[in-house]
Amino acid sequence: MTTIVARDTIRAPQRAGDRIFSTATVVAGSLILAVLAAVAAFLLVQSLPAFVATPADFKGDAANFWAYVWPLAFGTLWSALLALLIAIPLAIGIALFISHYAPRKLAQGLGYIIDLLAAVPSVVFGLWGIGVLAPLLQPFYTSLVEWFGWIPLFAGPVSGTGRTILTVSIVLAVMVLPIITAICREIFLQTPVLYEEASLALGATRWEMIAMAVLPFGRSGIISASMLGLGRALGETMAVAMVLSPSPQVIFALLTSQNPTTIAANIALNFPEAHGTGVNILLATGLVLFVITLAVNMVARVIINRRKAFSGAN
Amino acid sequence: MSKRIEVNDLNVYYSKFLAVEGVSLTIEPRTVTALIGPSGCGKSTFLRTLNRMHEVIPGAYVKGEVLIDGNNLYGPGVDPVLVRRQVGMVFQRPNPFPTMSIGDNVLAGVKLNNRRMAKSDADDLIEKSLRGANLWNEVKDRLDKPGSSLSGGQQQRLCIARAIAVQPDVILMDEPCSALDPISTLAIEDLIEEMKADYTIVIVTHNMQQASRVSDRTGFFNIAGTGKPGRLIEYSDTTTIFSNPSIQATEDYVSGRFG
Ligand SMILES: Nc1ncnc2c1ncn2[C@@H]1O[C@H](COP(=O)(O)OP(=O)(O)OP(=O)(O)O)[C@@H](O)[C@H]1O
Ligand SMILES: [Mg+2]
Repeated sequence: MTTIVARDTIRAPQRAGDRIFSTATVVAGSLILAVLAAVAAFLLVQSLPAFVATPADFKGDAANFWAYVWPLAFGTLWSALLALLIAIPLAIGIALFISHYAPRKLAQGLGYIIDLLAAVPSVVFGLWGIGVLAPLLQPFYTSLVEWFGWIPLFAGPVSGTGRTILTVSIVLAVMVLPIITAICREIFLQTPVLYEEASLALGATRWEMIAMAVLPFGRSGIISASMLGLGRALGETMAVAMVLSPSPQVIFALLTSQNPTTIAANIALNFPEAHGTGVNILLATGLVLFVITLAVNMVARVIINRRKAFSGAN
Repeated sequence: MSKRIEVNDLNVYYSKFLAVEGVSLTIEPRTVTALIGPSGCGKSTFLRTLNRMHEVIPGAYVKGEVLIDGNNLYGPGVDPVLVRRQVGMVFQRPNPFPTMSIGDNVLAGVKLNNRRMAKSDADDLIEKSLRGANLWNEVKDRLDKPGSSLSGGQQQRLCIARAIAVQPDVILMDEPCSALDPISTLAIEDLIEEMKADYTIVIVTHNMQQASRVSDRTGFFNIAGTGKPGRLIEYSDTTTIFSNPSIQATEDYVSGRFG
């Protein structure tokens, strides 16, 4: 073997650790794709009969599948959106309090309680929604309709039980709060001291420092956390099914007894009695939920990437 | 704009640990003062007490007085936030906000005081500050790019521009050139020389040539042993410290015999 040949054949030595690790990551990565593909394929195949179903197959008076699923899709997005509108500011506030305001001991205790909330089963939240929250909010809803009924969102007649889409959204907000808070807290704690000090040295107050350094750094993390919360809100079944008596239609009014329901709750309510094409229809609504979730996450990715150069990651 | 700093018998603590003990000195306006000394002797700690930045570290506190034009920084009712608007700081590692454009970085401190600024005023201030930091020609065509898109030396000058944009009375610099190449270092030294006309500057450095090149007065800090507090050993004109110091330890340090 000449020197030149030897030089040509120089290669990085293959270390066992590297190979095991890279194989493991490739396997893990493919596995998640395979599972996702399998779920999608199952849903797609099972859904096909729903798209050609006759009006008689649908519960209610929908003429075809799209007319059937549209109010459900609306209810799903509407309740999840309301839940996030309530949960995100609250979660950011709590996370900031824990990471930047509270004394260390209190912060630890609070963080622990928040994490505990995440472990409460959703049935419990449903019961809490029916038994505590709805009656508690009902008088408040009544005055809201009385005073602000002219705003379409708060149009009457007010629900007598308090079991409205707004109550559901509040329950959902409480359910997604822990995950969003926990992630935001971790993100805020990771803010480089370098930049916190930079803003303080410019004469920023604590809040200004947060607005200048902590939140911009946490931006993509806050979006990711919200997406995880959104995923849970979109897919939540029990709490919604328990609180709402559905009347599937597109209604924006928050406080009436006519409320849209969600795809997941609708499946849970109707699955026990469904048979034949009915099952296919429910599975097809599941497919729609799947697509909605995918689309929402892609939008979030786009938002995160849009200002990548300014993310602070480089 | 430039102000006089007087420190009287200052002790700095990290919780129970006494890090710096008994510092008294006077810094005249429109001068550059260099602080030198071995690692861990409390130079950064002391420097940060001049704009109350040490209070950012939990448990850190001082005893003693720091007077700026006669006003005690640690007097009752003094707001550290206002102190820091008066006494700016440049850190060892360049830290422009990567989440902001170059232009916004310059305005970051100004916007705290004065949120609504006419666009033309803002542009003027950006240009003036960047010119003041000798950076204008290099970045004028890319003011909207992120602050992190600059080289290390440029980033440090951007930080200086950001500090002078708020027109402080005093500028503190903690080893501003330690992460930079010799050319950028010289650029910043020239800049310090020019800024002296308007500001009182205090700079910590490990570079003896730098101290002798840029400063009018030099303070030598030392520490008796690990766990002991740092002290100001000698404080005098820079030429005296480097050519004819009155204390043996200073002479040993500046001539490179220890530390
Ligand atoms: N955040 C802190 N908490 C507790 N002790 C600290 C802290 N920062 C510094 N110290 C201690 O205070 C003393 C002085 O540290 P300081 O950083 O001021 O030294 P320095 O002179 O700036 O050193 P260098 O030249 O290496 O930067 C050291 O003993 C150090 O361990
Ligand atoms: Mg230091």
